[in-house]
Amino acid sequence: MQSPTRRDVLGFVAGGLALAGLPRAVFAAAPTDRRLVVVLLRGAMDGLGAVPPLGDRRYAERRGGLAFAGNDGCLPLDGFFALNPGLEAIHSYWKAGELLFVPATGNGYRTRSHFDAQDLMESGLARKTGQSDGWLNRALAAVQHGDRRLGIAVGGAVPLLLRGKIAVASWEPPAFKPVAPEFISLLGRLYAHDALFGPALADGLRAQHLSDEVLGEEGAKGPMGFGPRAFKPLAEAAGKLLAAPDGPRIAALEMGGWDTHVAQGTLKGRLANNLQGFAEGLQALAQALGPAWKETVVVATTEFGRTVAMNGTNGTDHGTASVVLVMGGAVRGGKMRGDWPGLDRLEEDRDLRVATDARSVLKGILRDHLGIDGTTLDRHVFPDAPGLAPMGGLVKV
Amino acid sequence: MTDAAALIAATRFGFAAEGGDLAAIGRDPRRWALAQLHRRPASLPGDLPPSSRVVAQLLEARRERKEKTGDPKAAKDEMRDLYIAEVGARLNAAIASDAPLLERLVFFWSNHFTVSALRPAVRGFVGAFEREAIRPHVTGRFADMLLAVTRHPAMCFYLDNVVSIGPNSPFGRRKDKGLNENLGRELLELHTLGVDGGYTQQDVEALARILTGWTIARLRDPNPGTFRFAPGIHEPGPKVLLGKTYPEAGVEEGEAALRDLARHPATARHIATKLARHFIADAPPQPAIERIAKVFRDSDGDLREVTAAVINDPEAWRQPFAKVRTPTELVIAAFRASGVREVPALPLVASLRTLDQPAFVAPSPAGWPDVASAWVSPESVLRRAEWCQTFAERLPNPPDPVAMAEASYGELLPAETLEAIRRAPSRRVGLALLLASPEFQRR
Repeated sequence: MQSPTRRDVLGFVAGGLALAGLPRAVFAAAPTDRRLVVVLLRGAMDGLGAVPPLGDRRYAERRGGLAFAGNDGCLPLDGFFALNPGLEAIHSYWKAGELLFVPATGNGYRTRSHFDAQDLMESGLARKTGQSDGWLNRALAAVQHGDRRLGIAVGGAVPLLLRGKIAVASWEPPAFKPVAPEFISLLGRLYAHDALFGPALADGLRAQHLSDEVLGEEGAKGPMGFGPRAFKPLAEAAGKLLAAPDGPRIAALEMGGWDTHVAQGTLKGRLANNLQGFAEGLQALAQALGPAWKETVVVATTEFGRTVAMNGTNGTDHGTASVVLVMGGAVRGGKMRGDWPGLDRLEEDRDLRVATDARSVLKGILRDHLGIDGTTLDRHVFPDAPGLAPMGGLVKV
Repeated sequence: MTDAAALIAATRFGFAAEGGDLAAIGRDPRRWALAQLHRRPASLPGDLPPSSRVVAQLLEARRERKEKTGDPKAAKDEMRDLYIAEVGARLNAAIASDAPLLERLVFFWSNHFTVSALRPAVRGFVGAFEREAIRPHVTGRFADMLLAVTRHPAMCFYLDNVVSIGPNSPFGRRKDKGLNENLGRELLELHTLGVDGGYTQQDVEALARILTGWTIARLRDPNPGTFRFAPGIHEPGPKVLLGKTYPEAGVEEGEAALRDLARHPATARHIATKLARHFIADAPPQPAIERIAKVFRDSDGDLREVTAAVINDPEAWRQPFAKVRTPTELVIAAFRASGVREVPALPLVASLRTLDQPAFVAPSPAGWPDVASAWVSPESVLRRAEWCQTFAERLPNPPDPVAMAEASYGELLPAETLEAIRRAPSRRVGLALLLASPEFQRR
């Protein structure tokens, strides 16, 4: 027998998914040259940690141990907000006017369940209705012409965001993924009292020299393609795929590791590590797109934010509002958009309040970047938010 | 019965509740299991070729090799494709079965009568072996299965009976060739009496002599690739096995000997022990073994009654999570519980390889081990975690892991496991946690 190859394990369930690489024939003539990349940050990214509102007069007091001290180590944005140093790789895009943030974003829902909130973030709805397609697929329906697959899921299975009646492509890297440290540390707790699996897991981790990283306070910083580093190769691949003249135009990516209940940190820590992987991925995406970067908008959203105050384990718990990132050569950036509700009055005395429905940002991008008209946006893409005005001026028209 | 009984029925006498829902088991889990014994095992897709055709093809390829015609690589590729198709068919049958107990029995008996593709030559028809010699007999008589297995070209080849020549047979005398005891020994040690079953080296040799001539029809014979008794290599004269004399009777000699071995009390005990270890616990209680062995003896090895005895044994229902799932069981259970009903063959083949239990490639004629210590090691636990994570990431439509945990475990899932799944940062991570949990890793 041949020795086991991990590559073979790829592509579990082939039904309708392109498994490795892309058949060129899938793409015919392009109806648009505009590119849209949607990044789902799963696990609830802490907006207050990523883009700290250093200018808010109650910031230091409310955040406590997780507050950045003054401007120390943060990168300047508009004087009120600053950039977590983990995001250094994209700071130059802010300066070039190709990056903006919308703080205090949320959706019409209030739930602190990851699963429900991610479903809603992806379906684009405010209520659980068992919706089985995503807003991006419904948006795709408005720009789709002919058989060419304009949409692509990069990284693995097609997320709900991109599922629906319009057929999409998918791509995943040819490698069997080692266990994510985040997953292992969750599993370690389940195995803690198991006389058989507990010691075996501990020994296995020791053998892989992983245990320090996984169990240590600093979180994991593994080799390439691991933990926070797993995003970069995917983002780079997405850039190359989108850059192809006959390639897809709309890509969905995802990145986990944001559920920083423990050891979140400020200048260093789990959040900064994850942000670094995220930012380096975005940079790789931009570079891989080459000249097509001019035609590109990247939008990153997360299912909800995190508590304003630090919890008992140097982290934060599930909260309400977070932040939306919009970046790209086609973006009118270099500024903050939307309102800031302040840290004076909090949602349920613990969370940042929502000032902007994230869907108004998405609507603005779909309208101004992809040219989807308002009626279609209201009726089909975001059917339960017809009154929500698109945020204008995000994109160079 | 309680939740525990439904869970035990679903996982111990099946793979996992379909769609992760224990409600499918109904109110009487024991009856749910017993009722399946009156059904016939599913037959696998009809386009899988019979072993006779595959073996004939191999014989053809061998001739071409000798004559330096034909394309050896094409023949090899064809065997690989057959192997993949067989593995896919076998696993999908288990994943989608509505009589999962019968599929569990197919795996059990196929492992008991191991033919391993570690001998690459059998790779193309090891699946056919299972379909032809094991599957039809899992609720039939043990003696019939034993005969079907021993006559099968795969076993004749795997345990070298095709090269075992009676030293005093016409051919043996002419060519000065002799016995190969391999099949005789494994029949006694593994398939029937068991290593402590009270046989001697003389018995091994006697059985080997009795079975000389059990071989595979050649290209020039009628029905090439099927079982053939070749009188020209059969050792003539009476043989004494376990104190009983078998007069010279050609192929019937072996048939009589196998029927006697199937009926032997040591065989009853050996089989009862293995069944109890497989379905009850790594170290099964002696009284349960005694009870199952008695049914085996009293019913003359009627496997429907013997299996019913396992199901009816109180020990089988005492403790959920008593056994660690083998990688094969884990893979089948994961797909089944997630509501997937059809999986392409290649990822199944690859999954089992990655988890170190490649299909039809047991390490020895003794088959895969059936105790936790063989399956849980530092490396294997990481691989299992890796696999569960990858599975959850790639499943196109992941089920809600909290609902699945509640439907498939009810109160039996420790609160901390359920809480960890509930708090997982995404649905896919939650599903991976459920599959990797100590509870899902067991049955």
